[in-house]
Amino acid sequence: MIQTASVGKKPVKRRIKDPAGDKVLYGIVHVLMIVLLIVTLYPLIYVISASFSSPQAVSTGQVVLWPVDFSLRGYQEVFDYKVVWIGYENTLFYTVVGTLVNVVMTLCAAFALSKKTLPGRSFFTFLFTFTMLFSAGIVPTYLNLKDLGIVNTRWALILPGAISVYNMIVTRTFIQNIPNELSEAAAIDGCSDFKYFTAILLPLSKAVISVISLYYAVSHWNSYFNAMIYLSDRDMFPLQLFLRDILVMNTIDASSIMDPEEAQAMEGMRDLLKYAMIVVSTVPILMVYPFIQKYFAKGVMVGSVKG
Amino acid sequence: MNRKLLRRIINHWQIYCFLLLPLIYLILFHYVPMVGAQIAFRKFTIRSGIWGSKWVGLDNFTRFFKTYNCWTIIKNTITISGYSILAGFPIPIIFALLLNCMRQERYKKAIQTITYMPHFISTVVIVGMILQICNPRVGLYGTFAHLLTGKYPNDPLGNPTVFTHLYVWTGIWQQFGWNAIVYLAALSSVDPQLHEAAIIDGASRWKRILQVDLPCILPTATIMLILRAGSVMSVGYEKIYLMQNDLNIGASEVISTYVYKLGLGASGKIPNYSLATAIGLFNSVVNLVLISVVNAISKKMSETSLW
Repeated sequence: MIQTASVGKKPVKRRIKDPAGDKVLYGIVHVLMIVLLIVTLYPLIYVISASFSSPQAVSTGQVVLWPVDFSLRGYQEVFDYKVVWIGYENTLFYTVVGTLVNVVMTLCAAFALSKKTLPGRSFFTFLFTFTMLFSAGIVPTYLNLKDLGIVNTRWALILPGAISVYNMIVTRTFIQNIPNELSEAAAIDGCSDFKYFTAILLPLSKAVISVISLYYAVSHWNSYFNAMIYLSDRDMFPLQLFLRDILVMNTIDASSIMDPEEAQAMEGMRDLLKYAMIVVSTVPILMVYPFIQKYFAKGVMVGSVKG
Repeated sequence: MNRKLLRRIINHWQIYCFLLLPLIYLILFHYVPMVGAQIAFRKFTIRSGIWGSKWVGLDNFTRFFKTYNCWTIIKNTITISGYSILAGFPIPIIFALLLNCMRQERYKKAIQTITYMPHFISTVVIVGMILQICNPRVGLYGTFAHLLTGKYPNDPLGNPTVFTHLYVWTGIWQQFGWNAIVYLAALSSVDPQLHEAAIIDGASRWKRILQVDLPCILPTATIMLILRAGSVMSVGYEKIYLMQNDLNIGASEVISTYVYKLGLGASGKIPNYSLATAIGLFNSVVNLVLISVVNAISKKMSETSLW
């Protein structure tokens, strides 16, 4: 092992041999991590395997690890299931528009509050953080939105959560860490605050922007509760609300299942549809995050909440 | 003096422009509802509005404490929350400490990517997965139980005792990897000299976890615990609401789900805005008090505090 390594380009580090006690520890850690990986992955693999199995295999509980009787029937049903696509479309809208509003608002607030010379800065910061600690509650919020006339409109899923204070603080901390000399130099050169924001700050904040965008997008994609409270029009329902009907309330529109020939196949079809639906609705988000993962640590610097 | 301040304010006019929209948002969607929360002390009817309804003092609060299931609901809330903290708080810390002592960078990255994954799955889908997997006939649970005992078991979701465990441990499954990010970030900033010095003094890796790594992430852990304390009374109602059914309601009804059903008429009854607001307000105040108290204790003992 060591020999082959020394032939390669990397210089071999001389390591002091691990004491026996440490070896035991490393062994235990390895075993634990493998157990954790199995525990984390098994339910996911099971769901994916079930979604690729045949209705009969699912309804008789034959799937344990790998797909039994490989078939794409579940996915066919999902593609024929109309509401799913209405939901998908709506969710895409809420996610894209909502995230855009979120990011713009958050950046504006964070930029303003990062200015240490701003008169009233600590008061404004308090206004923001107080909403983190205390909220009026679900009913006054609902009545307020009703008064504003945005209940049962698409705005109800976009405006009320326009800024997450937590994300705002993360962003502000990031901006504060950009050297002050930069903005001073820009000011001397006659650069206005608007110009500084768009030409200097935004390009420098790519890391934090991508992290908060992901956070916001995920929360839009995954939320159902606000939609359940504020929307009554099915045309505006996001995907998660339809998913709730199908997965949790167990109401599947029987007419949309294509072949209702045998009762047992129906039952199996129902479960198969659920598994396929879970995969179809979750995969897009799971595709995105590994690309942004390297920035995650920046997004969770809780120690710097202060100040 | 005042002139100077005025000058500074005028100099910052552009920054105030940035703050304008976020402030409007904050007032419109957070502070106006707080004013509206006064209906907790009134007998609110839609017709007379917030300001026109009759004052009733603390009637709504006393009514809540006289409700027959009031203490069950409070007990459920605290049980679920306390259990979640007790079981869910140490696990990410232990996970981070162990993962941190692994030396294969790639393997480490892979474990991180995989354990973050469940965090991105929506609540609806998670509950859908729980329902499918725990299904006593076609799910994994049913399959295995049938294999072992030869007969089909009862539905675990219909059992109030099982409900709490199921809720808490699926939550841990979903979040432990994600919650470990903070600690991993803190661990990566531990000064390597500390470790080197400890090695020279003959400390084993296990000793170094306890004496070097753990103290270094203690401030972060304290902050996380304080934040967690501020939400003791508001458990994840989105998930609980979906997992509720008539059979497990005795253990699964918590304050927030109760408020929702009562205040927005989800149970088909006429909504009682004032009573629901009062309970919600009680909830918020308890949370605020808890976070302040825990913060004060932490400040005294370890000088780590939120503000």
